[in-house]
Amino acid sequence: MKPAAFDYLQAATLDEALDLLHEAGGDARVIAGGQSLVPMLNMRLARPAVLVDIMRIDDLRKIEAEGNDIMIGAGVRQAQLEAWPDLSARLPLVAMALPWIGHVQTRARGTVCGSLAHADPSAELPLSLIALQGNLHLRTKRKRRTVAADDFFLGMMATELGEGEMIEAVSLPSRSEGTGYGFNEIGRRHGDFAITAVAAVVTERSASIAIAGVDDRPRRFDVPLPSDPGLDDALNEIAWDLNARDDIHASARYRRELVRRLGRRTIEEAAACLV
Amino acid sequence: MSRLKAHQKKTVTFRLNGLPVRADAESRTLLSDFIRHEIGMTGTHVGCEHGVCGACTIQVDGAPARACLMLAVQAEGTDIRTVEALSPGDDRLSALQAAFKRHHGLQCGFCTPGILMSLDALIGARPDAGREEVRDHLSGHLCRCTGYATIVEAALSALDDIRREDNDNV
Repeated sequence: MKPAAFDYLQAATLDEALDLLHEAGGDARVIAGGQSLVPMLNMRLARPAVLVDIMRIDDLRKIEAEGNDIMIGAGVRQAQLEAWPDLSARLPLVAMALPWIGHVQTRARGTVCGSLAHADPSAELPLSLIALQGNLHLRTKRKRRTVAADDFFLGMMATELGEGEMIEAVSLPSRSEGTGYGFNEIGRRHGDFAITAVAAVVTERSASIAIAGVDDRPRRFDVPLPSDPGLDDALNEIAWDLNARDDIHASARYRRELVRRLGRRTIEEAAACLV
Repeated sequence: MSRLKAHQKKTVTFRLNGLPVRADAESRTLLSDFIRHEIGMTGTHVGCEHGVCGACTIQVDGAPARACLMLAVQAEGTDIRTVEALSPGDDRLSALQAAFKRHHGLQCGFCTPGILMSLDALIGARPDAGREEVRDHLSGHLCRCTGYATIVEAALSALDDIRREDNDNV
């Protein structure tokens, strides 16, 4: 339960971090808060030759409004976002999801973008990103690109991030008028990995649902409005579409039932926030 | 920029319980092992070493954090408190420690240092915290002896004592 040896490089600026990642190539990993990566290192599920620490880069520690989007830098810890005074007003879905992430003790260190890069299929922040259709801003030494949430997650702990590439920031659309949000999660205990977590975004004319913990990545679906008698059938189809599997935490059948029931409840709660 | 090659050692400096400390660490040295083996402060316990059990919880710049999920080199320049900081003097207990003794908030004591550091941070940040917040903070800790009920009672009792003391001082 100790990490294998690695070179540890601490970057003072973003350019320095990108240089270091470029130099090290595919053997390097970015370390930010370390709350997902260090367990992987300790269990030797990850054995990078080089770690590039980005937490001394002041520019990455910002939460900023850019037009209708909220930009969250790669150095922003989950606790920092939780304490951001505008969180409930600007990102109500994230405000609902954050308390479910790990525990106070891990949110104090873990970063928002680190959780996205880790891409655990049951994690709340990837789910929120998918539900809100946010964007990831990726950088290498040579280029920058913006990747939509749906294109970023490729599978269990697999993302679009390439060699020498890091997340610079994530942008999430700010709450819009006439939109309601809902979030629910079922786990063995509060703070454990979700067996199933559901996020819903509802307006007067449209509804969508995003689900984590069932398939190998969070997935989003448009669904009928809660008043539509077709909603239960739609949720049933989604439940079967999600490739639920049995594991030690829950059976596939139980997960499908959670998609149907928690799905309906979350959509109804989101609709109830519509004022 | 600073570079530390694998297996090379670097001097790490931070404040521990109010005093400056320095010792050598490899890049892969965990902060939990650094505090126990290099500094020699063994109050911080090591359980699961992957951030689940909470036994190694310490305070980093005032916030509770897992020492096993930090590299010693990441602690450079921080202000760290461990369970050794809680007692106000030899053979004396803090209000929180005394409440744990009174309410039988521990049996084997392995998980206790971590739990105390989380609750101490909660008391410092939110002295008006209630049962729900105490339970939320404890959700990051595993205790296989007590069933948690006595820990919750101890924490609530300590919060009462501290609020009463504050009122007396007004």
